[in-house]
Amino acid sequence: MNLTFWQRLDLVMRGITPFFFTLVLVVLGQVPLHIPGFAEVAPLLPLMAVYHWAIYRPDLLPAIAVFTAGLLQDALSGMPFGINTVVFVLVHMVVMSQQMFFMGKSFSIIWLGFSLVAAAATVLTWLLTALFYSAFTSPESAFIQYLVTVGVFPLLAWLQVRWQQSVLAQV
Amino acid sequence: MASRFGYLGLVLAAFALMLLGKADVEVMEKVRSTVSDTIAPVLEILSRPATAVDQVVDDVTQMANLRNENIRLREENQRLIEWQSAARKLSSENQQLKGLLNFAPGAEPGFVSGRVVADSGGAFVHSVLVSAGARDGVSKGQAVITGDGLVGRVHAVGSRSARVLLLTDLNSRIPVVVEATRTRAILAGDNTDRPRLVHMPPGATVSAGDRIVTSGHGGAFPPGIPVGVVALVGDSTITVKPYVYRDRLEYVRVVDYGLQGILDSNFAAEGAGVIK
Repeated sequence: MNLTFWQRLDLVMRGITPFFFTLVLVVLGQVPLHIPGFAEVAPLLPLMAVYHWAIYRPDLLPAIAVFTAGLLQDALSGMPFGINTVVFVLVHMVVMSQQMFFMGKSFSIIWLGFSLVAAAATVLTWLLTALFYSAFTSPESAFIQYLVTVGVFPLLAWLQVRWQQSVLAQV
Repeated sequence: MASRFGYLGLVLAAFALMLLGKADVEVMEKVRSTVSDTIAPVLEILSRPATAVDQVVDDVTQMANLRNENIRLREENQRLIEWQSAARKLSSENQQLKGLLNFAPGAEPGFVSGRVVADSGGAFVHSVLVSAGARDGVSKGQAVITGDGLVGRVHAVGSRSARVLLLTDLNSRIPVVVEATRTRAILAGDNTDRPRLVHMPPGATVSAGDRIVTSGHGGAFPPGIPVGVVALVGDSTITVKPYVYRDRLEYVRVVDYGLQGILDSNFAAEGAGVIK
């Protein structure tokens, strides 16, 4: 079947939505919410997108796209360049290597997987930050941030599954 | 196999960026400022609904407390009127004494106001992005304040946005004095909401509840900006509770004291040098 130009354009536009979605999450994560104590422990939203798309549609969020999202996260959050970048890329790599395992698993397994991946990502970020500044940052707020991130995951996962089933169904 | 090499390349690239950043290459800060400048208008719009919701919640809670608040404010007003007359008296006395002494006054600071449009750092970095930049007269090293007290200092400047390093950040070092005793110290952030007082002179005493203000040493900060109160005096650490809450930051003022340039990026070393 030959697709018309507009149909092809439509597919391309739909196809880039996961990447766009991830970038939007990076930017959304920067918005000050004025909730007492929240800023220190705000969830790392883009990590959820990296995890989700690496399992279900890695073709739509390739490693180079993850790398770009990490760079944007570093640039906007004021963290040293490269830290979130390397964490995101490694998360993508690890999840991709376990893709076969995750396929068709129930949501609780996916969530458990995320909790493990996010734990590793938090420890790695903490270690890299400590190395970069040659000083240890408080592990408590990193731990609470991790818990908040894992807690918010189901909501975002649901949104992403919805998106995948509607907008990306034909892509 | 090819993908393995792809990942290796990306990971190496990320580490290369980290090393470049560590070497303090100007280019990295330029890139960051450019990205911040580009995204700042988007964040400016996004941060408005958040503020609006915040205001509605605030309004409702205020309604509930209106009566008590009114009583409290009346009492406070009474107290402030007394303070005002005291301040007037002291101010005129101060003027006269300055006249007698031929005192050379310090520079009059100018202000640039900006909105806090991004606060993301999470647990690893305490900084915010402000919607005022070089074109508004903001430059690196300037103090950032609110009505409550010191917020931090300008860490990097783009043309229309600036990154403010909060005084709680791991890399923040601010020369301060204990207001009552004039004991000098450095306020060092450690990524918790309670920064520590370090480099206190030996034998200096400080107790919980003492007010901490900027000392003005190091140049770019005006002296006397309220910073916080001593929260806890331990055996080895003295922690300070800042007056400014990170979550309440909305509009901030950047203080142009006309002395930037004295303060280079090696702020901590200079501050410590002053103490000796």
